[in-house]
Amino acid sequence: MSIIDLNTYNTLKENTGTEFISELIDTFLEDTPNLIAQMKNALAEKNAESFRRAAHSIKSNAATFGASQLAALARELEGMGRGNNLEIGNRLEPLEEAFQKAKSQLIELR
Amino acid sequence: MVSPSEPAHLLVVDDNKINRMLLSRSLELQGHLVETAENGREGLEKLRSGTFDLVLLDIEMPEMDGFEVLEACLNDVELRQLPIIMTSAMDELDAVVKCVELGAEDYLTKPINPVLLRARINASLEKKRLRDEQRKLFRTFATKEVAEELLRTGFSLGGKQVNASVLFADIRSFTTIAESQEPAESIELLNEYFSLMFDAITNNGGTVNQLVGDGLMAVFGAPIFFDSHREKAVRAALEMLEQLKVFNQGRSHQGKSQIRIGIGIASGTMVAGYTGTQSRAIYTCIGDTVNLAFRIEEYTKEALHPLLIDNYTRQGLPENIAVEELGKVFFKGKNHAIKIFAVM
Repeated sequence: MSIIDLNTYNTLKENTGTEFISELIDTFLEDTPNLIAQMKNALAEKNAESFRRAAHSIKSNAATFGASQLAALARELEGMGRGNNLEIGNRLEPLEEAFQKAKSQLIELR
Repeated sequence: MVSPSEPAHLLVVDDNKINRMLLSRSLELQGHLVETAENGREGLEKLRSGTFDLVLLDIEMPEMDGFEVLEACLNDVELRQLPIIMTSAMDELDAVVKCVELGAEDYLTKPINPVLLRARINASLEKKRLRDEQRKLFRTFATKEVAEELLRTGFSLGGKQVNASVLFADIRSFTTIAESQEPAESIELLNEYFSLMFDAITNNGGTVNQLVGDGLMAVFGAPIFFDSHREKAVRAALEMLEQLKVFNQGRSHQGKSQIRIGIGIASGTMVAGYTGTQSRAIYTCIGDTVNLAFRIEEYTKEALHPLLIDNYTRQGLPENIAVEELGKVFFKGKNHAIKIFAVM
């Protein structure tokens, strides 16, 4: 699975413009760590709803940029949150890794 | 290729900043004026304090979710007509279906495709424009209740059998009047006259459904049935004559000629419904009763009485409306003579 699906990314860029996508990437890079932090807090507080919401936002944003791997991992965690299952083991680690990879590639692309 | 739309005032409600930015950007690039709200509560506040043409509403949101905003809008007379397009993730289709069933106009899945976005927005705005025009038109021709009923049930072509009263009214020798004055003056006269007559009709629960030259046709008891349609039709006619008296006093002060009208009313079963095409239809009634009302109206010229009704209409009148029997009259298209009454 590609880190950033270039087809999706280029379409987004064409549709919204170079300057705008740069701004959008900044927002994504700023927001995602906050959302990951929200997931960690939610785990500590055993708040499945808050956990699910944060995962949902990451999934949605990742899909917007074509960050397929990140989106897939976030979708899986969202599903667990929805099922009120917070026994996620170490699944946050691959999510953070996927975000770091997506981040590097997006910075390169922008 | 979808044609470029007129700029509209849109509200994007989404708790996700990236989604808000993206949607606003796409819509602005399509020439619209966009405002945003971060959650349902803020969105509803903005909707209630501003005038928007359309809303793009996320389903999943803190404080107040898309369902709650949608329901609040549908229960709000001011916001009920506002098109709402739900935006959701692919895996929320169940929720979207529920929203569309509740009354959302349409939906879009995220990430949103700009071509689809443009097409859906334009289609929704066009539908809204048509509905607004219909509403304006209906409000001129019918009571608010009937207008809302017509809008609610939509324009399904095809008729149904109803029991109702039909009223025809016509200005006597309008052609002669028109020939003796400037065209603009004739139009002004008609406009003033019609506005008075419309008021008299809608005040009594009637719906004006046709205007031909200086003539008009109105129906009572359809599309919304009410028991007293015969009495209401006659009361409307009496009010029309009363209004005309005042109108004529004004004209005589200005040294203008007097207007006389004839009104014919018949009641009974008829077929009522929309006729025309999907794009251009009118609500009308057809059948023997309608023909009879038309013939009775014509007969007012001969009878030298401005308001004539048939027997069935008379039977629906309370005692305090006095009538005089004029005897039986043979009308074109009828194989037997019809009893006619003048309302005094």
